[in-house]
Amino acid sequence: MWLTRPFNERSTQIFLLILTVAVIAVTVLHLAVPAGHPLYVSGYTVGLLGKYLTYALLAVAVDLVWGYLGILSLGHGAFFAIGGYAMGMYLMRQIGDRGTYGDPILPDFMVFLNWDSLPWFWYGFDMAWFAFAMVLIAPGLLALVFGWLAFRSRVTGVYLSIITQAMTFALMLAFFRNEMGFGGNNGLTDFRELLGFDLRSGATRLGLFIASGVALALGYVVCRSIVGSKLGRVCVATRDAEARTRFLGYRVERFQLFVFVVSAMLAGVAGALYVPQVGIINPSEFDPIFSIEIVLWVALGGRASLYGAVIGAVLVNYAKTVFTGVMPDAWLFALGGLFVFVTVFLPQGVAGLLGHLKRRRDDEPSDSETPDKEATA
Amino acid sequence: MTTFLRKTHPKTSRVFSTALLTAAMMGTSAHAIAQDEDPIKVGILHSLSGTMAISETVLKDTVEMLIEQQNEAGGLLGRDIEAVVVDPASDWPLFAERARELLEQEEVDVIFGNWTSVSRKSVLPVVEELNGLLFYPVQYEGEESSENVFYTGAAPNQQSIPAVNYLHDQIGVERWVLAGTDYVFPRTTNRILEAYLKEEFGVADEDIMVNYTPFGHSDWQNIVSEISRFGSEGKKTAVVSTINGDANVPFYRELGNQGIDAADIPVVAFSVGAEALTGIDTSPLVGHLAAWNYFMSVDSDANYDFIDAWLAHTGEDDAVTNDPMEAHYIGFNMWVEAVQKAGTTDVDAVKDAIIGVTVPNLSGGSAAMMPNHHITKPVMIGEIQDNGQFAIVWQTPSTVAGDAWSDYLPGSRDLISDWRKPMECGNYNVVENRCMGSNAEEQAEEALAE
Amino acid sequence: MRIPCYSWTPRVMPRIVTCLLISLLAWFPMAVQAQEDDGQALLEALDTRSFDDKSDAITAIIESEHERADVWLQALLDSDLQRLKDSGRFVIALETAGLDVTVEDAMTGEAIGEVSRRDLDRLTINNALRSQLRSAISLVELYNGEQDARLDAARRLIGNVEEEQVEPLTNRMAEEPSAAVRHRLNQALAVYRLNQGDVEAVEVLSGSLNSNVRVALNRATQSEDPLVVDAATTALADIEQNLKINRAAETLYFGLSMGSVLVLAAIGLAITFGVMGVINMAHGELIMLGAYTTWAMQQLLPGQPGLALILAIPAGFMVSALVGVAIERGVIQFLKGRPLETLLATFGISLILQQLVRTVISPLNRTVITPEWMSGSLVVNDALSLTLNRMYVLGFALVVFAGLILIMRHTRLGLEVRAVTQNRNMARSMGIRATRVDIMTFALGSGVAGLAGVALSQLTNVGPNLGQNYIIDSFMVVVFGGVGNLWGTLVAGMSLGIINQVLEPWAGAVLAKIIVLVFIILFIQKRPRGLFPQKGRAAEG
Repeated sequence: MWLTRPFNERSTQIFLLILTVAVIAVTVLHLAVPAGHPLYVSGYTVGLLGKYLTYALLAVAVDLVWGYLGILSLGHGAFFAIGGYAMGMYLMRQIGDRGTYGDPILPDFMVFLNWDSLPWFWYGFDMAWFAFAMVLIAPGLLALVFGWLAFRSRVTGVYLSIITQAMTFALMLAFFRNEMGFGGNNGLTDFRELLGFDLRSGATRLGLFIASGVALALGYVVCRSIVGSKLGRVCVATRDAEARTRFLGYRVERFQLFVFVVSAMLAGVAGALYVPQVGIINPSEFDPIFSIEIVLWVALGGRASLYGAVIGAVLVNYAKTVFTGVMPDAWLFALGGLFVFVTVFLPQGVAGLLGHLKRRRDDEPSDSETPDKEATA
Repeated sequence: MTTFLRKTHPKTSRVFSTALLTAAMMGTSAHAIAQDEDPIKVGILHSLSGTMAISETVLKDTVEMLIEQQNEAGGLLGRDIEAVVVDPASDWPLFAERARELLEQEEVDVIFGNWTSVSRKSVLPVVEELNGLLFYPVQYEGEESSENVFYTGAAPNQQSIPAVNYLHDQIGVERWVLAGTDYVFPRTTNRILEAYLKEEFGVADEDIMVNYTPFGHSDWQNIVSEISRFGSEGKKTAVVSTINGDANVPFYRELGNQGIDAADIPVVAFSVGAEALTGIDTSPLVGHLAAWNYFMSVDSDANYDFIDAWLAHTGEDDAVTNDPMEAHYIGFNMWVEAVQKAGTTDVDAVKDAIIGVTVPNLSGGSAAMMPNHHITKPVMIGEIQDNGQFAIVWQTPSTVAGDAWSDYLPGSRDLISDWRKPMECGNYNVVENRCMGSNAEEQAEEALAE
Repeated sequence: MRIPCYSWTPRVMPRIVTCLLISLLAWFPMAVQAQEDDGQALLEALDTRSFDDKSDAITAIIESEHERADVWLQALLDSDLQRLKDSGRFVIALETAGLDVTVEDAMTGEAIGEVSRRDLDRLTINNALRSQLRSAISLVELYNGEQDARLDAARRLIGNVEEEQVEPLTNRMAEEPSAAVRHRLNQALAVYRLNQGDVEAVEVLSGSLNSNVRVALNRATQSEDPLVVDAATTALADIEQNLKINRAAETLYFGLSMGSVLVLAAIGLAITFGVMGVINMAHGELIMLGAYTTWAMQQLLPGQPGLALILAIPAGFMVSALVGVAIERGVIQFLKGRPLETLLATFGISLILQQLVRTVISPLNRTVITPEWMSGSLVVNDALSLTLNRMYVLGFALVVFAGLILIMRHTRLGLEVRAVTQNRNMARSMGIRATRVDIMTFALGSGVAGLAGVALSQLTNVGPNLGQNYIIDSFMVVVFGGVGNLWGTLVAGMSLGIINQVLEPWAGAVLAKIIVLVFIILFIQKRPRGLFPQKGRAAEG
């Protein structure tokens, strides 16, 4: 009764359809079209698109808390990175004795830093089920503890944003420390295989791309069902007028906590899929700047519209790929200008623009999902 | 959405190739001899934006200059060389992505690139998977030897060990502060040094102080005051600094202000070059040391020619040259020589041909490529002068060959690297008589195939 | 082919001989006076690869009492003493421009003009020679230098007195007018006597915090004479106690100094964020602009870094304030009431400003010179000296803070700002032009960021990333102190600085910072509105 059936919604159907077609198209073009043909999609591009899809899932996770709950998290990069580290630790353990020093248990970086045994938190990561569970549990747990402390004492608005930033900053510093046992600045790298599939083969990369597409679709459906349900309505009410919602008898902090944890888990999944595709996880993913950038994707795509977050993530990252290739100097100007332009002129983002166009054509009253005002009280 | 995604690839590649073509044309604009064959492509993988741009941009310019020179001298194998420049933007995963782009999309014959260890670790699997060639020009922590990577920077035995020998033998240092930024190069170097100092000089535990700080650390008050206390116990003390980049300026400034003079407690730095000293008033630092394999103040004709060419290339009178630039100079010339020797740019042929190739370095001697993919280098100690340059005060009598696996770390003591046939192994354990790790597996597969 | 006279390998000895021959040939035909002969020979002895031989040559120069000896020693110390490769003539470098060096003759001091640096050989020295030269120069100064130089020379002697120096030093002590210098000389001689096993020397030394004295006393505790051991042990215990107090004072100073940096960086934010509710992520870049203004002023006034620094204070304020006004007018005014979106927009601005500096000026760090009067440290005693640049910054932070408090409390602007903050509509209906107040407030906050930049240019790198390094810390300080409360910012900044420095020695720099961050996060859970929460209606805003 708290959750709705999201498949009944038209926007979800369209989104899933487009995503499915896109994933299948890329797969077919990669496999069936001969290399050199203008329609051929190279392995490099498949990897690139796979990365975009994980970013899109991350953006959806951020949009869930920012767009529908009014919590501007400047620390979602942390959940993404933790999910990534969980996957990275599994992949490190999979290397086994094929590492440089041939140690069957210890990863290379531990051998040459003279660790004599595996730290306790590395136990279990040789088992796929455990590692995959940790992809969800570790970021979820962090979100639970952090959210419980924050929401219980009604830390809201700007304060919450700043302390989420403090959280990811502190984690970045911590993971940079070599004593932590996560490989320090070098992070985890030199992965070999995932579930027995060779990570250095094109087929595995295609598989990861498809998996990322599926994860995005699932994540989208989960978010959609939360948002479209009564629970989602309470969230939106909290976003727009927290005090009033509280007075109506809702335990606001419980709703906030639940959604925050779900969002963190989705971010963790995104991170876990990201790591095998790019081949490295290191503390720079915890960088507060990265977390702010994620928020920009959402803002550009359109806050409080899940497909908007996807559009934003793909657009910005595609632009980044192109710009850093063509004119590296101009990239920061473009990114910075984009921030300013979107917030000042496109407060509803691309999705808002699309919605506006659609309304004009259909000439029908809007189904207002976008925030009326900033929730800062 | 669908249309968008579908359009992506052709558009991406088109935009890319236009851009790269433009970049390449700019790189070789001075020279436009029509060649029958396609140009030889050289990938340059250095950050042009982000935090590492400060250090890496000059390396991109260096390779471009070397390519220009080579083209003016008639190209290579009768073909032009074309630079393919990409920007990994100081973003480590992006390094892997760009390397894949260079090898898979652009099909470059060789890559010159990377500065940080983490970026090299990120690129390594890609280069090995796609069988590329990478020349890595920066001093590093060792403990690695890849079939596809040539390490033209210093290994620990080519920098830190001669430097502490100098401090111990010439200056009489008995007490050591090992201060570094918390990442893998300082960690490994300090581990090696600690073992070395204890083993060779019998230094006691209480005479070694180890300290790590984060990147960009700016408040050095406490640490410098600790160093000063540590150094006032009556024994000659020196600081071995692996402090990286930006953190150096406030560190040296605090040293100067707290009155720690080079004559009392000298600091020998492994990561500070002349370019790092721009942005700092060097007068309080006079006498502090750096250990490198090249200094701009080296007195040799090769060096003066290189500096002249560099000044002309950059168009700046006060441009400085540094050690990684020399490494690229050596690496590029070695690759050119190996290609000429092999008569092709085919990676496997070049890999075999390059071992043993000897080319002049900038300090008047020559550098040879060893079977472990490291090169021979002289080690120099320079003292900072008040003009911000280093005066060379000591130099190893002959060149030192780079050792991938340190003899002072328990894990790597028994490992050697030799990429010649029949061993062809980067980490061969001489005690167990087998090739460790992944290469063992590959070798087995190859043996089966044969 | 040019023959390099410098080379380390022994097998090129013949080359050095050739070089010598060439120099001799160049030298003989000249009609030279006896004085110059001696001089040439003295300098000739310096041109050797062996630093031991160089050391002997320096001693020879000191003992020769040649009239230009001091010029040579100073030039050698500054690495300006060089030699023309072809003629072997010794020259002193005056100025370097690109590849050319302006030189003068070392013998006569006559100007020679510009020479390519390829044609010059520099006479290098190492640290050992440098300290030899310095002590030679300072020993001379003990007899005829200024009081500070004499004091310094006397301090250098502690632990370094040789037997043959005892008598002249004792005589010198009798003639010395300054009590402080006499005290130092006395200690220097006492250390010598203690090393010889004289118990009475301990009395002179007790209470001294000088490290060489401590070393000598420590050595004395190993002595065979039980009397000496007893006396030295007691003296040492006393000194240790004293050192602990000094160390605590030092940590406090470090903490205050770090705190003052945090306060300076955050106080502008406390105004724009706390008072106006604008989350200005470009605040760090406004700090950076202040630092670059300092650099620019020093470029405009070469040779006068101190004056440039002082002028940079108003200039830095103006530059950052103007940029702040531009940001307010150009972007922030359109985002009224949407604080979280100002965060995104100003973050964009911060990226643009950073890249602008990279493109227009340089991605490399710029050199900002510390003026003479700000470098070095104020020596309280032998164990405690306070670095001057940080002390100035501490004072500057307090002055800026006091100035802001005055503006907010006692000026019309301050009154209007407070009115607009508390109730914008009411203030407007009372005739306050809220828009103007917004502009002024933002300009003030940004200008103060510029001031922070001027101060930071004396402590850290002046580069495009300067701002980024401080922005997160600044937000922590403001949030911890309580948004909208300047006193809160002061207390928060100072206490975070002190906590950090107290933790650092045992936790390490990184862990200390992590602990502080976690502490802030937990503190905010406990008191969501910081140390000094804003009261009343404004708190709901």
